[in-house]
Amino acid sequence: MPELAVHRYPTYEERLAGFDWAIAERELGHRRGEPLNIGWSCSDRICERGDGAKPALIWEDFHGSSRTFTFDDLRVLSNTIAASLVRLGLGPGERICLFMDRIPELYLGFLGVLKMGGIVQPLFSAFGEDSLWTRLDDAGTAAILTQRKHVGKVRRIRERLPNLRRIVVVDAAGAALQEREIGFDLDREPRVDRFEVYPGGDETPSVLHYTSGTTGRPKGAQHVHGSVVAQYLTTKWVLDLRPDDVYWCNADPGWVTGTSYGIIGPWSNGATQAVLDAGFNAERWYAFIQKHRVTVWYSAPTAIRLLMREGTALARRFDLGSLRHLASVGEPLNPEAVVWSQEAFGRMFHDTFWQTETGCIVITNFPGMPIKPGSMGRPFPGIAAAVVDPHSFEPIAERGRVGLIALKPGWPSMMRAYWNNPDGYAAKFRNGWYLCGDRATIDADGYFWFVGRDDDVINTAGHLVGPFEVESALLEHPAVAESAAVAKPDPVNMEVVKVFVTLKKGFAPSDELELDIMNVVRKRLSPLAMPQEIEFVDALPKTRSGKIVRRVLRAREWGEPVGDVSTLMDD
Amino acid sequence: MDDLKRVIRDYVVKEYLEEGDDREVTETTPLITGGIVDSFSMVSLKRFLERKYSIRIPDAEATPAAFDTVQNIAELVARVQAGAGRA
Repeated sequence: MPELAVHRYPTYEERLAGFDWAIAERELGHRRGEPLNIGWSCSDRICERGDGAKPALIWEDFHGSSRTFTFDDLRVLSNTIAASLVRLGLGPGERICLFMDRIPELYLGFLGVLKMGGIVQPLFSAFGEDSLWTRLDDAGTAAILTQRKHVGKVRRIRERLPNLRRIVVVDAAGAALQEREIGFDLDREPRVDRFEVYPGGDETPSVLHYTSGTTGRPKGAQHVHGSVVAQYLTTKWVLDLRPDDVYWCNADPGWVTGTSYGIIGPWSNGATQAVLDAGFNAERWYAFIQKHRVTVWYSAPTAIRLLMREGTALARRFDLGSLRHLASVGEPLNPEAVVWSQEAFGRMFHDTFWQTETGCIVITNFPGMPIKPGSMGRPFPGIAAAVVDPHSFEPIAERGRVGLIALKPGWPSMMRAYWNNPDGYAAKFRNGWYLCGDRATIDADGYFWFVGRDDDVINTAGHLVGPFEVESALLEHPAVAESAAVAKPDPVNMEVVKVFVTLKKGFAPSDELELDIMNVVRKRLSPLAMPQEIEFVDALPKTRSGKIVRRVLRAREWGEPVGDVSTLMDD
Repeated sequence: MDDLKRVIRDYVVKEYLEEGDDREVTETTPLITGGIVDSFSMVSLKRFLERKYSIRIPDAEATPAAFDTVQNIAELVARVQAGAGRA
């Protein structure tokens, strides 16, 4: 495919014609079978091509203090972290967790772990101790890099983590460290200019991201260094990053968007990215865009809807004229939000669809392509996507008929396994298709339209919460006899967690008990998993064999037909 | 710091700061933008206030900005209490 002209986007058909992932391999200077390391591709390679002095990371905290790191800083500081991890006795293939807020050490540590051959396991820093333990235990994690403010959670579970040899506290100055803990101050550490980067290959494990399912423990989607091929090209074509752009991705690297498109995508493209380590505040966000002249913004529907609530007038108080391209991910972007963004920013948000397992955007609205507000767009070239029948798993030819979103495996960033869970991995495939777990239709123009999830997983603000995890945490509460967690519609977050609870004898419903249950789940799992509503009931709907039937409760919340209830126990 | 603000501040410190997190919370410390309370946890803080002060805070008023500092929250509670008193 010819190099893209600056002001003329290729048509969808032009993008498809003769597509080959080798386009990206050539641009990355990589040949299949030769050594490949994402850490090197995102830092040393950019320096070698002469962009070492270019800003890679403009980081700002909630006070407004900022620091800028060049690509040469990325190279040297990730070397420094990699060398330190090796000195601590950590080696290739070991799982090394990053459990931090969006501080520079998180981004630099991500590259550092990859450079020394470790498998990097980023986890959302708001996770409570149960969520943290489940994921560290499953992965057999050898080391964790964290901050003083989060180390308390690690301390409470470390005795149950025999594989966890090292707890590295990156801001330990003045803190009393305990067993297995090591203080690490990147600013004081001697710089390592040369580090022998681990010579991985396309299939060498790189990143382990956990995602929730309907049943059982969260599953660790294991990715490989070769994923950079897909992340590089989708960033370039879908997010439309160009050499002079300043890019802002709202996602936290504890989630896959924050690594695929908050680290690997932009930096493998040699792009400058800005990071704001602060919670949501509309004025603050607009001021950030204005201050750093952000040109490309990758956000999420929940954030966009929160901005909508603040109104167009607020957006117009700021100079947001630098914005050139807007994209969104996490859950379906409603048509109103697309139309509103045109009013507020003079640009429409382009919806993109993908998930932890796919590693890269798979269905999308490309820049220059006519947007149908509310549609997910069309498949990325090189991705064979279909809507399949839920029984035969054959593609549905009839336009507009609802089926399951299915992808033919084989693109570079597809997960290679669920960690320790071959059965769970195998269950994701039917008739040669990978099933995303979502229902959709395809229209006459080939655009995909999201209909809903095909399981009980709750998509809240773009993050998946497993009902089983919530119910397990609830059982730890002394008052709870049984519970069922379901998705409840929410105007901002699309869905939130609602739980139905039966109480043990001696306990009665009260506001105090409701608050206590909320806080237990928030602290044990995460704020995302905390029930936003609790309904105390006398009994839960069950099958005659005693299994709780969530679908009945969910249907009531959504005002949908309850369906066949002939197999349920009588009240 | 008056009683209302002290109650809110103490609850935030007890419920939302981790062990080892030694940040000082004053009446102007940013809670939402500072990452101490997120938009999901805000719901539990709202429930606490409603229970403690026997009020109902309208969802439309429970914005991230209204919950961003102890001072803002105290003003919100006082406003809702005053509104309830007039009703």
